Amino acid sequence: MRSSTGCGSDLSLLELRDVQARYGEITALHGVSLTVAEGDFVAILGANGAGKTTTLRAISGTVKTSGDILFDDHKLFRRSPEAMARKGVAHVPEGRGTFSTLSVLDNLRLGAWVQRGVSPRDLANVFEFFPRLYERPDQQAGTLSGGEQQMLALGRAMMAKPRLLLLDEPSLGLAPLVVREIFAALKQLNEGGTTIVVVEQNAALALAAANHAYVLETGRVVLGGDAADLKANESVRRSYLGY
Amino acid sequence: MANFIQQVVSGLASGGIYGALALAIVLIHRATGVLNFAQGEMATLSAFVCWSLIDHGWAFWPAFGATIFLSFAGGVVLEQTVIRPIQNGPLLGIVILTIGLLIAINGLTTWVWGGAAKQFHGPFSTAPINVGGVAFSKQDIGVIAISVVSVVLIGLLFTRTKLGLGLRAAAANPTEARLVGVRVPGMLALGWGLAAVLGAVAGVMAAPSLFLEPNMMQTVLLYAFAAAVLGGMDSPVGAVIGGLVLGVLLNLVGTYVHWVGGELRLAVALAVILGVLLIRPAGLFGRTAVRRV
Ligand SMILES: Nc1ncnc2c1ncn2[C@@H]1O[C@H](COP(=O)(O)OP(=O)(O)O)[C@@H](O)[C@H]1O
Ligand SMILES: [Mg+2]
Repeated sequence: MRSSTGCGSDLSLLELRDVQARYGEITALHGVSLTVAEGDFVAILGANGAGKTTTLRAISGTVKTSGDILFDDHKLFRRSPEAMARKGVAHVPEGRGTFSTLSVLDNLRLGAWVQRGVSPRDLANVFEFFPRLYERPDQQAGTLSGGEQQMLALGRAMMAKPRLLLLDEPSLGLAPLVVREIFAALKQLNEGGTTIVVVEQNAALALAAANHAYVLETGRVVLGGDAADLKANESVRRSYLGY
Repeated sequence: MANFIQQVVSGLASGGIYGALALAIVLIHRATGVLNFAQGEMATLSAFVCWSLIDHGWAFWPAFGATIFLSFAGGVVLEQTVIRPIQNGPLLGIVILTIGLLIAINGLTTWVWGGAAKQFHGPFSTAPINVGGVAFSKQDIGVIAISVVSVVLIGLLFTRTKLGLGLRAAAANPTEARLVGVRVPGMLALGWGLAAVLGAVAGVMAAPSLFLEPNMMQTVLLYAFAAAVLGGMDSPVGAVIGGLVLGVLLNLVGTYVHWVGGELRLAVALAVILGVLLIRPAGLFGRTAVRRV
């Protein structure tokens, strides 16, 4: 059961029904079901190896799955990452996926691959969010600092003007100040209408930003609901918030 | 001095051919990690196609244009039918496949056109032109011009167009490229098509001075590999410059170091390259990968 709060609406943008995924012999997802409404900011929490990354991969088509995935209330068959990108799903993978040998500007241009062209307005928008990228358009992405790379990864996703933005542990290994900057940007994007699903180890941070959350344990959803309710939940507090 | 300049220009002409073929090799290597040993025979096949068109009464330039187009299509088809099915297999398997392809194409050209060397009349006369007291061969100047134009066009395609951006992205990080929506398999096929085009340019430019026969590009392929290694296996600019340097070097060594003569030229050139690699293992323009975790 879910009630919609904040900027979420009842129109479901994404639905996973009993999605299973495996890597060879290892089953990573044993039937994950979850719903993301248009405009939602959803956090996915869970311990290492719980299947958070695999869940995002299932959505973006980078791992083979069984079970149903619905986008815009349409069941998706034969998903591939390129097809999902075309449908408006932008996936910022674990470890900030950037093209390390390409320049900052080329990375941003590639973000707009599914768009008709590189819109100067979108580019200006990204640079307004992250002035540090504006200062170094020709720098090779691989030589950026960790924080700058995460900004670039997010900026690249923004260039695609996604309907659904997937982020895998955006705060990992970053200084608190940079993390705050990234999450402020995410909040602003969400207020602008982008639906966001973020996987985070930092549960406090994620629950503060999100309006809905799911908790994964060994490839299953064990809890789901309003972020505020989960924050108050005894077991979530003990396992993920640490107090 | 005049002789020296002549030798340099003539070296640049051969070097342009090595550079074009080296660029073809580097483009495929960057994108897929595959060393395409068939690149030389593919170029020979293109030259034969051009020769046949001319033999059927076509003028050189239309024949050259059609050859470029057919070579592009041939490269794309080759990737899709022969390379793609084993693309994800072990690298050694793919390398052996390209060697098999070399033998197969060589057999095909011998079967269709015969083993005897054919005279290939290029678009440029071999007559000399005088510039400030130095006589240059028109053919050399023409070959340099064509090589430069094709390499520059390929360069502009890669650096100035959306398609080029997709090609570079697919080569740099295929997984990531798919996530932003780039159709990576299509890009790889396109890469093979472009490499075949560069090979065709090299083959057709080489044919007038080398005589056209099925083994024509085998030595050239060796030089092209040497040029690619010299420039840095992953640097397109390095491949081209490596080709030019090698062409000039071979010519000068052959002319001025008499004990070397024609037979030892390749050995001397390879020794020089070895020296460069001892000092710069990644080649002149190769980058050691920058990576941050
Ligand atoms: N490429 C892979 N090959 C084999 N097993 C994998 C691979 N990726 C993840 N797994 C396994 O799948 C399970 C879920 O992993 P993952 O989705 O990465 O978890 P999380 O992101 O929550 O840490 C783990 O048991 C992990 O070991
Ligand atoms: Mg993970």
